Amino acid sequence: MTWIARNLWLIPALPLVASGLTALMSRRRRGWAAALAIGSLGISFLLALCAFAAALGQGGEHGPFREVVNFDWFQFGGQWLQLGWVLDPLTALMVVMVTLVGLLIFIFSVGYMAEDENFTRFFCFLSLFAAAMLGVVIANSLLLFFICWELVGLTSYLLIGFWYHKPSAAAAAKKAFITTRIGDLGLLLGMVWLYAESGTLLFYNGGAGCLEQGALTAMLVKGTAAGMAVSTGIGLLVFLGAVGKSGQVPLHVWLPDAMEGPTPVSALIHAATMVAAGVFLVARVYPLMAVGGGVGQGVPVTTVLTVVTWIGAATALFAASVAVAQNDIKRILAYSTVSQLGYMMMGLGVGGVAVGMFHLITHAFFKALLFLGSGSVIHGCHHEQDVRRMGGLKGFMPVTFVTYAIGMLALAGFPLVFSGFWSKDEILHAAHGWSVSHWPFYMGLAGAFLTAFYMTRQVALVFFGKYRGAEQAGGQGREQGSAGEAAHTHHSSTPSLHHSSFAPHESPSVMTGPLMVLAVFAVALGWFGTPAWPWFEAFLNGHSAEVELGKLFSGGFLGLALLSTLIVFAGLGLGWWLYGRRTRAGAEEPDVMEQARPDLWALLKNKFFVDELYEATVIRGNAWVSRACHLADRWVLGGAVQLIAWLATGVAWVDRVVDEFVINLGFDGGCRGLRESGGFFARLQQGRVQPYLRALGWGVVVLVIVLMVWRD
Amino acid sequence: MNMDPSEPNLLAWTIYLSFLGALGVMCVPRGKARAARIVALGTALAGLGIGLGVAVDWSPAPELVPLVNVEWVQALGIRFHLGFDGISLTLVLLTGIAAVAGVLFSWNIEHRTKEFFAFFLVLIGAVYGVFLSFDLFLLFVFYEIAIIPKYFLIAIWGSTRKEYGAMKLALYSLVGSGMVLIGMIAAWAVAGGQTFDLVSLGQHPFPVAFQKWAFPLVFVGFAILAGLWPFHTWAPTGHVAAPTAASMLLAGVIMKLGAYGCLRVAMVLFPQGLLLWQHEVALLAVIGIVYGASVALVQKDFKFVIGYSSVSHMGFVLLGLATLDAVGLTGAVLQMFSHGVIAGLLFAVVGRMVYDRTHTRDFADLEGMRLDKMLPFAAVTFVIAGVASMGLPGFSGFVAELQVLIGAWNAFPTLAVIAGVGILVGVAYTLRAVHHAFFGDADAAPPAESMPLPPISVPERMGAALLILATLAVGLYPRLLLDFIDPALRGPMFDGLRAVMKGGTW
Repeated sequence: MTWIARNLWLIPALPLVASGLTALMSRRRRGWAAALAIGSLGISFLLALCAFAAALGQGGEHGPFREVVNFDWFQFGGQWLQLGWVLDPLTALMVVMVTLVGLLIFIFSVGYMAEDENFTRFFCFLSLFAAAMLGVVIANSLLLFFICWELVGLTSYLLIGFWYHKPSAAAAAKKAFITTRIGDLGLLLGMVWLYAESGTLLFYNGGAGCLEQGALTAMLVKGTAAGMAVSTGIGLLVFLGAVGKSGQVPLHVWLPDAMEGPTPVSALIHAATMVAAGVFLVARVYPLMAVGGGVGQGVPVTTVLTVVTWIGAATALFAASVAVAQNDIKRILAYSTVSQLGYMMMGLGVGGVAVGMFHLITHAFFKALLFLGSGSVIHGCHHEQDVRRMGGLKGFMPVTFVTYAIGMLALAGFPLVFSGFWSKDEILHAAHGWSVSHWPFYMGLAGAFLTAFYMTRQVALVFFGKYRGAEQAGGQGREQGSAGEAAHTHHSSTPSLHHSSFAPHESPSVMTGPLMVLAVFAVALGWFGTPAWPWFEAFLNGHSAEVELGKLFSGGFLGLALLSTLIVFAGLGLGWWLYGRRTRAGAEEPDVMEQARPDLWALLKNKFFVDELYEATVIRGNAWVSRACHLADRWVLGGAVQLIAWLATGVAWVDRVVDEFVINLGFDGGCRGLRESGGFFARLQQGRVQPYLRALGWGVVVLVIVLMVWRD
Repeated sequence: MNMDPSEPNLLAWTIYLSFLGALGVMCVPRGKARAARIVALGTALAGLGIGLGVAVDWSPAPELVPLVNVEWVQALGIRFHLGFDGISLTLVLLTGIAAVAGVLFSWNIEHRTKEFFAFFLVLIGAVYGVFLSFDLFLLFVFYEIAIIPKYFLIAIWGSTRKEYGAMKLALYSLVGSGMVLIGMIAAWAVAGGQTFDLVSLGQHPFPVAFQKWAFPLVFVGFAILAGLWPFHTWAPTGHVAAPTAASMLLAGVIMKLGAYGCLRVAMVLFPQGLLLWQHEVALLAVIGIVYGASVALVQKDFKFVIGYSSVSHMGFVLLGLATLDAVGLTGAVLQMFSHGVIAGLLFAVVGRMVYDRTHTRDFADLEGMRLDKMLPFAAVTFVIAGVASMGLPGFSGFVAELQVLIGAWNAFPTLAVIAGVGILVGVAYTLRAVHHAFFGDADAAPPAESMPLPPISVPERMGAALLILATLAVGLYPRLLLDFIDPALRGPMFDGLRAVMKGGTW
C-alpha cells in the first residue's frame, strides 16, 4: 500500500486542526487565522497531488486502482462497525479539485472579507467546511460519508447565516438546513436499510463491501413488498439525499436563498464543492444504482438511474429558465448552478460516472471563477448586487471582465476552446444515445440555449453599456436598495473616501490572482475529456487513453457538436440582440422581455411560485399539525387529567360530607379535623427533611406489614 | 471497608455518600450558604469520582457484580441487594455527571440554600439506589424516595404555576408507582412468594397469560415517568415549573428511572409480555417522538420547547426498548445517557443562563434582547446543545438514535420512517428556538440603556463544559459506553429477553 493511501486522513485532518486552533484564537489575530487556514489547506493540496500521482496510471486488469484503509469504530449489536477511507481515481480527482478550488477561494477571501469584524470566525468556519468536505470525498463508509456530509451541512448553515443580523440571511440559513435535512432523512433511512440488508456500510472491503459484487447481487435478488428490488429502494432513498444537497427539483428552493452568505462562501460551498457532493454521492454509489442494469451492454439502465436522469433533466431546464428573469447577479449564478447540477445528474444517469464527474470538475472551476468574479464586481461596486444598477464595468475592472468572460463562455459552452463545451457535449451525446427516451436530450438542448442566453444577458448588463450605479451617487439609498450584501460591515471606511471613490474600482491582486488561475483551468480542463483523447474517462475506469483524432470527425460526435454549437450561438446571439445591442437607459427601466411578455416574465421572476406553493402546503400543513397537537395536549389530554382531578375532588368532598355529618355527627369533631389537617399541611410545607423521612419510614413499615399479612 | 478507588464495592458508597452529604448539608450552620454549596459539590464530585474510578478499573463482563447482599425482611425474602452491571454503571455515570452539573448550575440559589441541596442530594442518592438495586422491593423503595424531594424542589424553588406542576408530577408518579406496586406484588406471589430478587424473578417462567396483563401494567407504570405518550403531560409542566437544577435532574435522570424500570423490571420479568405488546409500545413511542416534536414547534415559552423535546427524545428510548433487537436495545440505553446529558445542557441554558438573568422565557420578549451580544457564551452553548440535540454526528445523540433506527428498521420499518420524520421536525424546532431566543430581531433597539445582564459565572462555564465534554466524548468514541452496555445485555439477567428475540442477533 502506498504511504499516501495510508495517510490519506491527513488531508481532512489538517484543515480540521486549523479550524480548532482558530476557534481558540483571539478575534484580533486576523493574520494568523488566514495564514493557518491557507497554510493547512495548502499542505492538504500538496498531499492531494501526491494522492493523485499515486492513482495515476495504476489501473490494471482488475479495474481501477483502489486502496482502502478500514478500522473499527464500535461494536454494533453483534458485530463491529467499521469506518475507513479509500483512495481511487474518483477520490483522487475530488481531493485535488476541492483543495485547489478551496485554496484559491481562501486566498480570495482574505481580500473580500478584509473589513469584516468576524474575519477570524469566518476562516474558522471555512477550514471546518474544507475538513468536512474532504472527509466526504475520502470516506469509504457510508456512515463516515454521512457524518462528514452532516458536518458539511452544519458549516453551510453557519456560513449562510454568517451575517445573521440580516433577517434574510438568518432565514436563508434555516431554510437551507431544514430543506437539505429532508433529503438527509432519505439518506439516513437508505443507510439504515443498506445496513440491515448487507450488514456493512463499507463501500469497498476486499469483496465484502456493500458496493462489491456479493452484496449487490444479494440486494438485487431480494424483493420488497412493493415488488421492486431492495437495491432499487435503497438507491432511491440515497438519491433523495443527493437531491437535497445538490438542489435538485423539488428540493432546490434553498440554494438560491443561500446566496445570502458571503460571496466566497457561495463560490466554495454553493457552487464548487458542497452542492456537488450530491452528484459525487451518486457517482460513489453508482455500482449500487446501476446494479441489474445489464452492465457490459453499454450504459446500464435501471429504475434508479432513470429517476436520476429525469430529475436531472427537469432541474436543468427549470432552473435555466428561472435564471433568465433574475436581477441579482448572484441569484442568476445560483440558478445557473442548480441547472448545471441537473446536467451532472443527467450525465450520471445517461452516461455513467465519467460523464457526470467530468462536468462536475469543469463546472467547479468555471463556476467558482464566475462567483469570485461576481464577488469582485460586488466588491468593486460597493456592495451592489443588482445587475440593473451596474453596466459598463469592463472599463473599470479589466481583469475581472476578461476572466469573467472566460468563465461565462465556458458555462455557455462556447465551442472547442472552453472546457464547458466538452463536458456538456458529452452529456448531450450520452443523452442522445439513451435508450429510454429522447426527451432528456431535448430538455438538455433547450437548457443549453437558455444558459447561453441568460449568461449573455448578465454579462451585457454588468460589463457593457454605461455605468448606471451613479444615478444615485452620493450613496443615499444604497443600503436600502436591494440586497446590499454586508453593507453594514463596511461602515468602517471613512465617508470622505467613500465619496471620492464612488466609481467602481478594480479589486486588489489578492482577489484578481485567484481569478486568473481559475480562468486558466476553465479553459484547459476541457482538453482532458475530448472524444479524441478521453483521458478523464480512462483515468476513472483505470485504463490508459489513446489519442485518436479521427473520433472528432466521426459522424455521431460531429453532428451533435454542430447542433449544440448552433444552439449556443443562437442563445448568445439572441442575448446580445436583446441586451447588448442597445443597453438599458437606466436602472428603473423595465426589462426588454418584461415589456414584451409581462405575464411570462412574472412567472419566471417568481420562480414558478414554487416557494409560495411550499409555503401554502408543506409549511402551513406542518404548522397546522403542530398546533393541533398542541391544542390536543392542552385540552384533550390536559382536560382528561383535569376531569379525573375533579372527579377525585368530588369523591373526596362526598367522603368528607359523609365523614363529617354521618359518621362523626359532631361539629366539634369536624373543626378539630380541619385544624389538624391545617397543621399537618403546614408541617408538610415547612421544608424539613426529618418529618418526610419519618413519614417515609412509616410508609415502608406499613407496606411490609401489609405484605406479611398477605403472605400469611 | 476498603477505600481503594479501584474496588468495585465502592460503588455502593455513591448511595451512602449522597445521603450522608444531605445530612452534612443540613448540619451546616444557618446563613452559611457557601459552605452548603461546597459540601453539596463535594458530595456530587465524590459520587462521580467513584463512578469514574470503577468504570476505568472494571473490565466489563456480562455477569452481575455484587456489592452488598444482606437479609432485610426475612419473612418476605426481601434483601438489601446492591450490585451493578454495565447498564447500571452507565446510568450511575450519568447520575454523577448530572449531579455535579446540577450543583454547579444551582450555585446562585440563595433562598433556603441548605434545604435545597439537602433535597437535591437525597434525590441523587435515591437515583443511585434505583440503578444499583437488584432486589425488586429495594428498587421500589428507592424509586419512591426519589419522588418526595422532587415534589418539594419544584413546589418551593420553582416558578410558573409551581404548585400545579409539582402536584401533577407527584400524582402521575404515584399512579405509576401504584401500577408497578400491584404488578410487583403479583409477580412475587405468582413466583411463589419467596423472593424479590430480580435475577431469580427474571429466571422464573411466568405463565404467558399472566405476563399478558402484568407486562403492560408494570411497563406503563414505569414508562409514565419516561414520558410515554399519552401519559407525558406531567413532563413539560413539571420541567417548566422546576428550578434549573431540578429540571436538569428531571429530564436528565428521573425520566431515565422510568426507562430503566421498563428495561430492568418489566422486560426482564415479562419478556413474553413485551413480545405480545411490542407493536403497541412501539406505536406509542413513535407517536411520542413526532407529537412531542410537533408541539415543541409551536411553543411560545422557551422552556416548554425543551420540555416537549424531552418527550420526543425519550420516545427513542422507548422505541429502542420495543424493538427487541440487539442494536435497538443498545441504542436505547445509550440514548438514556445521551438525552440525560444533552437535555441537562439545554435546561441549564434556558433556566440558569437565560431565565435567571432576563426573568422571561417568552420568545417575544427574548427576541428584542439581542442575547447573542449580551450573553455570547450562552448563545454558543445553546447552539452546541441544539446541534447535539438534533442528532448531528459527533455528538452522542447521533450514535444512539442511529442504533435505535437500525433496530427499529429491522422490527418495524414503517415506524422507523415516521420516527425519522420526528428527527426532521426536531431540527425545525431547535433552529426556531435558536433564532428566536438568541439571534432575534436585528432591528430591535439595542438594549444598551437597559441594565446589563450579569456575565456568565465560572460555575456555569464549568458545568456547561462538563456536559459538552460528556456528549462529545461519547459521540466521537461510543465504545466508552458501548463496551459496558453490550456485555451487560448478554448477561444471564437478559436470558429471557434474548430468548424471545427474533433471529437471535446475539
